Amino acid sequence: MNNQDPIAVFKTEALEQLELIEAGLLDLTRDLEDKAQIDAVFRGLHTLKGSGSMFGFDQLAAFTHHCETAFDRVRKGEAPATTELVSAVLDAQGHMLALLQTPNGDHEAMSAKLLDNLHRAVGGSAKAAAAGIAAAAPSAAEPSAQDAGLTTWELTFNLPLNAMINGTNPLGLLNELRELGEARVEALTDAVPLLEEIDPRELHLSWRVTLKTDKPKSDIEDVFIFVMDEMMMDLKQIEAAPVAVKKAAAAQADPADAARQAPNSAADPAKAQQPADAKSQKQADNVRVPALRLDEMMDRVGELVIAQSRLSQMASSVADLGLRSVSEEIERLAGELRDTMMVLRMMPVASLFSRFRRLVHDLARETGKDIELITEGEMTEVDKTVIDRLADPLVHLVRNSIDHGLETPEDRIAVGKPPVGCVHLSAHQTGSEVVITIKDDGRGIDRARVRAKAEANGLIQPGAQLSDQELLQLIFQPGFSTAEKVTNLSGRGVGMDVVKKTIETLRGAIDIKTTPGEGSEIALRIPLTLAIIDGLLVRVGSGRYVLPLSAVEECLELSLEEDLKSRGRSFISLRDDLVPFLRLRELFRTGTQPDPFQKVVVVSTGSERVGLVVDQIIGDHQTVIKNMSKLHDHVSAFSGATILGDGNVALILDVVHLIAAGQHQEAQLRAAG
Amino acid sequence: MSEATIKADHRAIWKGADEISVLTFCLNGETFAIEAVIVQEILDLLPETSVPGSLPFVGSVINFRGKVIPLADIRVAFGMEAGNVTIDSRIIVTELDLEGQTTLVGMRTDKVFEVTSLSVSASEPPPIVGMRWRPDYIHALVKREGEFIILPNLQAIFSSQREPAVRASA
Repeated sequence: MNNQDPIAVFKTEALEQLELIEAGLLDLTRDLEDKAQIDAVFRGLHTLKGSGSMFGFDQLAAFTHHCETAFDRVRKGEAPATTELVSAVLDAQGHMLALLQTPNGDHEAMSAKLLDNLHRAVGGSAKAAAAGIAAAAPSAAEPSAQDAGLTTWELTFNLPLNAMINGTNPLGLLNELRELGEARVEALTDAVPLLEEIDPRELHLSWRVTLKTDKPKSDIEDVFIFVMDEMMMDLKQIEAAPVAVKKAAAAQADPADAARQAPNSAADPAKAQQPADAKSQKQADNVRVPALRLDEMMDRVGELVIAQSRLSQMASSVADLGLRSVSEEIERLAGELRDTMMVLRMMPVASLFSRFRRLVHDLARETGKDIELITEGEMTEVDKTVIDRLADPLVHLVRNSIDHGLETPEDRIAVGKPPVGCVHLSAHQTGSEVVITIKDDGRGIDRARVRAKAEANGLIQPGAQLSDQELLQLIFQPGFSTAEKVTNLSGRGVGMDVVKKTIETLRGAIDIKTTPGEGSEIALRIPLTLAIIDGLLVRVGSGRYVLPLSAVEECLELSLEEDLKSRGRSFISLRDDLVPFLRLRELFRTGTQPDPFQKVVVVSTGSERVGLVVDQIIGDHQTVIKNMSKLHDHVSAFSGATILGDGNVALILDVVHLIAAGQHQEAQLRAAG
Repeated sequence: MSEATIKADHRAIWKGADEISVLTFCLNGETFAIEAVIVQEILDLLPETSVPGSLPFVGSVINFRGKVIPLADIRVAFGMEAGNVTIDSRIIVTELDLEGQTTLVGMRTDKVFEVTSLSVSASEPPPIVGMRWRPDYIHALVKREGEFIILPNLQAIFSSQREPAVRASA
């Protein structure tokens, strides 16, 4: 079980690496000079290339190599980071993903095309750099030549004990240093233990290197770029260049400046060390676990909670204090275990949001609109299943906002808005719900057009009275699209109904707000978890059912008088509001006599309030949701089932579908009567 | 031609072997058999929870070790009357492949007999006439000790009993 397929492990890691590269590239689009990101992207590409060829992903490795080369030049300052380059590598990154997924597929043409782009992006500067090298050779003899600017550095470094086990070859590092200039290498043997204590695989040596070179400090540091996080290094300049390159000369003209620089450079490694330590610490604390195993564990915990509630039911009926205290102890432990388990499945929505930066970047290029994506509340945590299922609906919504909502820069300027359109993606938690909001400052939804379109498509009767929310919700109807022409992005009218369906299966709801000319806001309200809900246990006839407590507004008694009065009409007045109600006993055809004191549970579904008449309200119940099999797919009134303390099964009512089923039945009754 | 295909079909469940191991049980006096490999467990009757609005074929669910599984009644598919609950009544829990998803399904039986083996040579295709049951619900009939054992085609039964058309007539 523990021997995971190394290829699969490589793939997961490569995917993460690609995500990091993507994030780095996107950061670069904002700030092309960001040295740290350039390094990060380069390192990512390099790792991907290395591990790719190690696991036989040769096409991937070969392709990545070219991108790496391009970035290497940027990193060394030989070529500038340009928007074209970053875009070209972003495209290439997408292709790498394809190469990773189907390593044996035919990618030649695509690779060639992308590399062509890449070369064009670095092309100009590459030629310039080549010319520069050519020019440098003859000019070497001139007074301003670089070899006049020799600097002597003293470098002391030691690698971690397990460096060689991890595949680092210190000799290689030393050779690279030697290539930089005249180097005197001295091995420091202070830390070497007694012979009998030596493990030949461990590295006990450290080195002091005196290096005379014309290369800048960063080149020396680059030698250690892949071991930097684990090693200790002390790099000191012991002799300044007699004739330094212009920039250095300017810096050192002022002795105070130089003095300031020295402590700075001394402090540098220490500073670099700290976050690196924190990083490796964090990695060590994480355990990668297949989601399937978490799900299995969740099932077990669910069963435990059920078994525990049976135990406490039994214990409460026996006058044994010892048993009762053990039962209470187990109840507490099971509750804690359940809470821990829920936290385990929680993931920050950041993983969901990060992919939109890419999407927005691509869409901005495709549509020619200037778009800024602002994300907020990335650390809000949601159940993993919810995150997985939310991805597609969110893509649709963001695409829609960009394609239909935001105007072109010219149009925006014309109406006095800043030319850059803004898409705001935020998440926050309220109670047991997570609200994810997609807000844009575009033209808003045109209500008149929605209505006209819905009438044309036969979705509503011409002139039908609709509330604002009802009207806006029409955009989630299948086959509805107000875009006059179909674009590559959206406008086919598929998608929005998928959004609604997905959110409904997650037991969530969608709210729309829109102001013409100012933009629209779509809020997805989703329960925190899918596995356990707070429920209200009720009895209808002889069956017991669970209502999601989040949907319940209040419970009241249906007086005999009201009951008799409501034979023809099924609604009660609740604080001057008319609330229609459904008799679940009739809906479920229990064939039993009603209890003398029936209760009405008022539930709300978004804007509507409906009463459900039940025979008895039993109480609240921690509900572990079990899915129903495919054989009960068509029974939409129930969203699942749960197991009660006595081992019996209770069905969980799906309020939205229940009301729809009720309407259907009433329509049939009317038709029959 | 058509006879040949049916013949090929009724032996299919043997998968080329001479004998298969089955669990035999009784429904309304008829002896049925299902492959022993798909049987998970045989249970005494459990409290059932009926699902309003579902097909009578799978009208309820049960709690099988913390899982909620549907309880099917094959008698409905064969148009038999529901028998009385006796001390011998059992639920057979089987693992079926429904649309590519492995699903646990409980089946009501009047009595469970034994695990035995049936030989392919004694099997016959379902007769074309003289049977009230839908022929596609039956893999084969197997002669043994002067009576017939029915090998139902659970796959066919479960997939056709899910169609709403059946619901309207039921």
